[in-house]
Amino acid sequence: MIRLGYIIISTVVLLSTYSGASGAERFPPPDFESGYTIPSPTVPNPRQSPYEYVDCVVLLAALAASSYLVLKKRSRRAIFILMVFSLIYFGFWRRGCVCSIGAIQNVTLSLFDSDYTVPIVVVAFFVLPLASTLFFGRTFCAAVCPLGAVQDLVTLWPVSVPNWLERGLRLFAYVYLAAAVLFAATGSAFVICRYDPFVSFFRLSGNFNILVLGGCFLIVGMFVGRPYCRFFCPYGVILRQLSRISKWRVTITPDQCVQCRLCEDSCPFDAIREPAADWSAPEHDKAKKRLALLLILLPLLALSGGWAGSRLKKVTSRVHATVRLAERIYLEDTGKVEGTTDASSAFRATGKETEELYAEASSIQDRFGLGGWLFGGFVGLMTALKLIRVSVSRQRPDYEADRASCVACGRCFEYCPKEHARVEKTREVIGKT
Amino acid sequence: MMAQDKKDINRRHFLRDSLWGACLAGLGGTAGLLAGRGRKQHTVWQIDPYTCVACGNCATYCVLEESAVKCVHAYAVCGYCRICFGFFGPEPSDINEGAENQVCPTGAIKRTFVEDPYYEYTIDESLCNGCGKCIKGCNAFGNGSLFLQVRHDRCLNCNECSIAAACPSGAYKRVPADKPYLLKRVDRA
Repeated sequence: MIRLGYIIISTVVLLSTYSGASGAERFPPPDFESGYTIPSPTVPNPRQSPYEYVDCVVLLAALAASSYLVLKKRSRRAIFILMVFSLIYFGFWRRGCVCSIGAIQNVTLSLFDSDYTVPIVVVAFFVLPLASTLFFGRTFCAAVCPLGAVQDLVTLWPVSVPNWLERGLRLFAYVYLAAAVLFAATGSAFVICRYDPFVSFFRLSGNFNILVLGGCFLIVGMFVGRPYCRFFCPYGVILRQLSRISKWRVTITPDQCVQCRLCEDSCPFDAIREPAADWSAPEHDKAKKRLALLLILLPLLALSGGWAGSRLKKVTSRVHATVRLAERIYLEDTGKVEGTTDASSAFRATGKETEELYAEASSIQDRFGLGGWLFGGFVGLMTALKLIRVSVSRQRPDYEADRASCVACGRCFEYCPKEHARVEKTREVIGKT
Repeated sequence: MMAQDKKDINRRHFLRDSLWGACLAGLGGTAGLLAGRGRKQHTVWQIDPYTCVACGNCATYCVLEESAVKCVHAYAVCGYCRICFGFFGPEPSDINEGAENQVCPTGAIKRTFVEDPYYEYTIDESLCNGCGKCIKGCNAFGNGSLFLQVRHDRCLNCNECSIAAACPSGAYKRVPADKPYLLKRVDRA
């Protein structure tokens, strides 16, 4: 009897909490007399799941093939074919998502937000190209990344970008990486995905503005080789640093460089460095003084960058929806704006306290303050390091592909007369057997 | 001089090699850390129907030409009303299926007679554009059995869902791919 009473009471309690949560159960479901059975809604399965592991395998295979073709086979044609394959598979077939560039944000978010766990496939997309770069250089950029591939295809009449301009523009990529990490770490937005210029092409639909942006990149890309890769790609920033210390790398000539200068203008991405002798004594002195100055400037730049970054927290934190909402609610409550937005009325409908929202928003803003220090400090430090690199002499006996800038596209190979000799020789060997 | 040079080069090589090793170890560590605590499962985007305010952004912000979000009907919650405000809107001029009486801009809701006085409402997903107009009516005057869901046969599962970024109520969530729907149920709570 007590048991029955308990059941009745708990049912009443349950029903009352239910109606509170879902609006109201105003009309009880009818008892049908005609034998009608209540259908249940269909739940079509996600179509992605079978592909996740296939993607990883294809990625690994493409990385291996690209490295082999660049370092061993040295065939631009084969690299080109692999590149087109990657464009079709990772780009148009898999719709450019998930990509290694965007994976930076997932990895960052999972490091800072314990509620978010990054899927194993995304980890693979983040780590595999980096590991491969440590061994073979940027072969990922050459023929695996679909964003690189689409730009490489439209590189028709490349012009040379002056070195100073290239270095300056490249700072964008560092800022972009820092911003992407900042916004991902604070759980505000995935800016790399939001402003990915080519993904709309891969999907053949999307936001009009982004389609226009992508179009601009492709048009500019006809004249300036791979503009996104060189000046914006945040993943490229990491790949550049790893490529500097890679075990193997692209060599223009398969043999001894004869300094014929034929390869000089072959690189559409300005990644071939001319031979350079050591500087003359007066030049050395001048550079030494400059270097000393820059070394003093380094912490100064980093600190002032950090300070500026933390000052920006009012602006940057607006990217977070909660901060935006809190500002809107504040303006409405103080009568500074008329009317409501969807977000503010949705918030009011939940019946949450505004104080709670303000507290949440201000804690997010504080995180942006700290993040701003790191963000600005990183950008300042990178600017200083770039200036320092200009003031350090590099001896280079031969024409070389720049370890960091070379995307291993393989265009320079056929410009080298030694390469022709090598190909000729292999043909003879094959002919004889 | 020569010996000095060699030593210098050796030192440089040693530095480079140890940096290389450190990078590789760092990468391995990161991968291990992430994989170790990471869910082995992919996540997909879904709308929490109890947070959704049916603002209409789902119809316009999806990267697909025709939104991946559709109206779903939890029949078990439905009251099978003769006058359904998810179907008719607040002030219908007449109680019949005429287009002028319907709240759905694309005519995606089918109203069929079951038995007196009950009518069944089904969604034709090929017509539904996910605008949520019917949901507002159903939530305001009915049981709330109509609600929006990301349909995973259509969703591209973007890394950052464009609609989630535009959602005013924070109703978008990442849910595990093996439980990809958040359906309204009677036995909730």
